[in-house]
Amino acid sequence: MSTMTSPADGAKPIDVAAATAKLLGATSGNMVTYLQSCVHCGQCAAACHFYQATKDPRHTPALKLRPMLKAHRAKSSPLAWIGLAPALTERDLRETEDLIFDTCTMCGRCTQVCPMGIDVASIVQISRQAYAAAGLGPSDLMAAADASRDKGSPLGLTPEKLEERIEWLADENEVDIPLDKAKADVLLTVSSIETMKYPSSIVAMAKLMNHAGVNWTFSSKGYESTNFGYLAGNTSVARVMIERIVAATAATGAKTVVIPECGHAFGVMRYAAANILGRPLPFEVRHITEYLADLKRQGRLRLKPMADAFTYHDPCQISRRGGATADARYLLDGFATDFREMSPTGNFNWCCGGGGGVQAMGRAADVRHKVFKIKMDQVEATGANTLISACSNCRLTMDESKAHYHWPHEIGSLVEILADHLDDTARPAAAAE
Amino acid sequence: MDLLDFARGPALQIGLYVFAFGVAFRLASLLLLPRLKDLSAARKGAPGAVVASGREIIRRMWPQSVYAEATRFTTINGYIFHLGLAIIVFLGTPHILFLKGLIGVSWPGLPTNIINGVAVITFLSLIAALVHRLQSPVLKAISTANDYITWLVTMLPVATGLLAISHLGWRYETLLAVHILSIAVFLIWFPFGKLMHAFLIFLSRGTTGAHLAHRGAQL
Ligand code: SF4
Ligand code: SF4
Repeated sequence: MSTMTSPADGAKPIDVAAATAKLLGATSGNMVTYLQSCVHCGQCAAACHFYQATKDPRHTPALKLRPMLKAHRAKSSPLAWIGLAPALTERDLRETEDLIFDTCTMCGRCTQVCPMGIDVASIVQISRQAYAAAGLGPSDLMAAADASRDKGSPLGLTPEKLEERIEWLADENEVDIPLDKAKADVLLTVSSIETMKYPSSIVAMAKLMNHAGVNWTFSSKGYESTNFGYLAGNTSVARVMIERIVAATAATGAKTVVIPECGHAFGVMRYAAANILGRPLPFEVRHITEYLADLKRQGRLRLKPMADAFTYHDPCQISRRGGATADARYLLDGFATDFREMSPTGNFNWCCGGGGGVQAMGRAADVRHKVFKIKMDQVEATGANTLISACSNCRLTMDESKAHYHWPHEIGSLVEILADHLDDTARPAAAAE
Repeated sequence: MDLLDFARGPALQIGLYVFAFGVAFRLASLLLLPRLKDLSAARKGAPGAVVASGREIIRRMWPQSVYAEATRFTTINGYIFHLGLAIIVFLGTPHILFLKGLIGVSWPGLPTNIINGVAVITFLSLIAALVHRLQSPVLKAISTANDYITWLVTMLPVATGLLAISHLGWRYETLLAVHILSIAVFLIWFPFGKLMHAFLIFLSRGTTGAHLAHRGAQL
C-alpha cells in the first residue's frame, strides 16, 4: 500500500507509512514504558530552554512524545482492537516537525525534572528517524548528514582538505600534528566545526597531547566524530560515520579514541555507537576533557596558573548525559584561580540551544537566539567576562548569538585555555615513548 | 436486589476483576516487550541496573533543588492528595473492613474524625489540581480527556464518601451505594487511563535510572 501523500499546496510528498513503521519498529519495552507513563503534569516545561525562552506551551517536552504514542496506540490499545484508535497522519507529522527537530536539542533537562523519569530525548531521537524516513526534517540538517557520508564531514572536510589543513596548522604554529601514523596509542578525532571555524582548537589539542608525550595520531580514514547521521535520524549515515572511526582505530592499533570538544560527538561515539553497530566497540572512547583529566591525574599535564575570571558552560552530552561533569572541574582545579560557576551549573546547566543538530538548522536561528538570553543572564550574574566551553558546537551557537546581540563578552574553549597555559619548562615526568 | 446490594455485589466484583486483569494485562504486555540492551561500555564504577533503578525510584520522590520553585505547587499538592487518598483507603475503618473481606487481614484504623478531616483536605486538593490544570497554559495544552476522566473517577469516591459520612442529600444506604459504585467505576477505569502510573512509575523511573547510571550521569 502506498501512502505517499502529496499535499495540494505543493509541499514535497511525505511517506507516513515509513514514519509509522520506524516508530513501531522502535517500540522496545524501554520506549513503550516512557510513552505510557506521562501523567501530563507539565513540570517538564519549566526545565526546557525552548519553553523557558518562548513561554509557548507548544514547547512542553511532553508533547514530543505524542507522535510516537499515537502510532503505538493505533496498533496496540483497546481502542485499536475495535478499530477506533486513529492512525498517525501526515498532518500530525507536519505539525510536529519543528518540535522534533528545531526545538529539541536532546539535552535531557526535562528528564531531570520529570517525576516519572521519562527520557524525552530518547523518544525524540527515534522520532527523528521516523520523520527523516517520511521525508521530513530541516533540509540543511539532512544535507549535513549527506555531506558526512559523501565527503567525510558535514562541512565538506574531505580527507585531502584535512591533510592540507593539518599541514598548514602544523607549519603556522610550529607544532607536530601527526596524521596517519602507522602505530599510535590514541586516535584523536575532530569536529569539522573546529577544523573549519576554530582551527586553534586543533592546535591546542596537539600541543596538549605532545606536551604529555602521548603517542597519538589523526587518521584520514576516520576523523569526523560529529555524527550528523545520528542527529538527522539517518541511521545508515550514522553507521558509516562510526565504522570509519572503527576502521581508522584498527589501522593504527589505537586502544583509545579521543573525542574533541563536541558534546554530541562524544554522546554518539561513547554511548550510541556500540548500539547502532550491534556490537561493543573494541576500544575505549574518552572525551578530550576526560582524557586530559586522566593525563593530569598521571602528572603528565603541567599548567601555569590562570588568573582571568571566567565561567564554564557544561555541554549537555558531556556533563548531564555523559557523566563527565567532574573532569572539567578537575582540570580547572588549582589552575584557574578565578573560575566562577554559573547558577545552575554542572548537571543542571542550561543548554546553549544549539545541540542535537539545532545549530545546523538555519530556520531555528531565531529561537536559538532567544534561548541564548538565558545563557547571557547566567554569565552576567557571575561577573566574569569570559565564557568557555568544551564543545565547539556550543561555542559556535553562542558565538552566533553573541554577534546577533552584540554581546560584549568573550567566548572560548577549554582546551585552548589549557594549551595557552602549558608549562613546558618542566617536562612531564611520565612521557611515553 | 436493591442499589446497595448491586453496588456491593456485582458492581464491585466487576470493578475488581477489570482492575486485576486489566493491570496484569498492561504490565505483562509491557514487560514482555524486548528491552534494549546497552552495548556501550559502562562507566567505571557505575552501579548495576537493579541498584540504579532502585536508587532512581527513591531519588525522584522529591524534585532536585534547582527545580524546586518551578515544581512546588504540583509536588506539594500532588503529595497532599496522593497521601490523603492512601490514608483514607488504608486507614479508614470501613475501608479496612472491606479490605479484610478481600484479603483476609486487617489492621487498626485512624479515628473517624481524623479520616474525615483528611477526606476534606483531599477533596480540596483535588479541586486545586483541577483548577491548576484549567488555568495553566502548559497544562491546558497537554491535557487530554484521559486527564479529566481520571480526575473525575478519583474525585467521585472522595466526594460521595464525604456525602455519605455527612448524611447529606439521599438516605445513607443510597449514598453508600453511590459511593461504592463510584469505586467500581474507579477500578474499571484504572487500567485504561493514567491511573496506571501507580505501577508505571516504578518502570519508567527504573528504566531511566539504569539508562543514565550506566553512563555515570548523576540525575
Ligand atoms: S531534551 Fe532538552 S530540548 Fe528536548 S524537550 Fe527536553 S529539555 Fe527540551
Ligand atoms: S514531566 Fe514527565 S510526566 Fe510530567 S508532563 Fe512532562 S513528560 Fe509527562
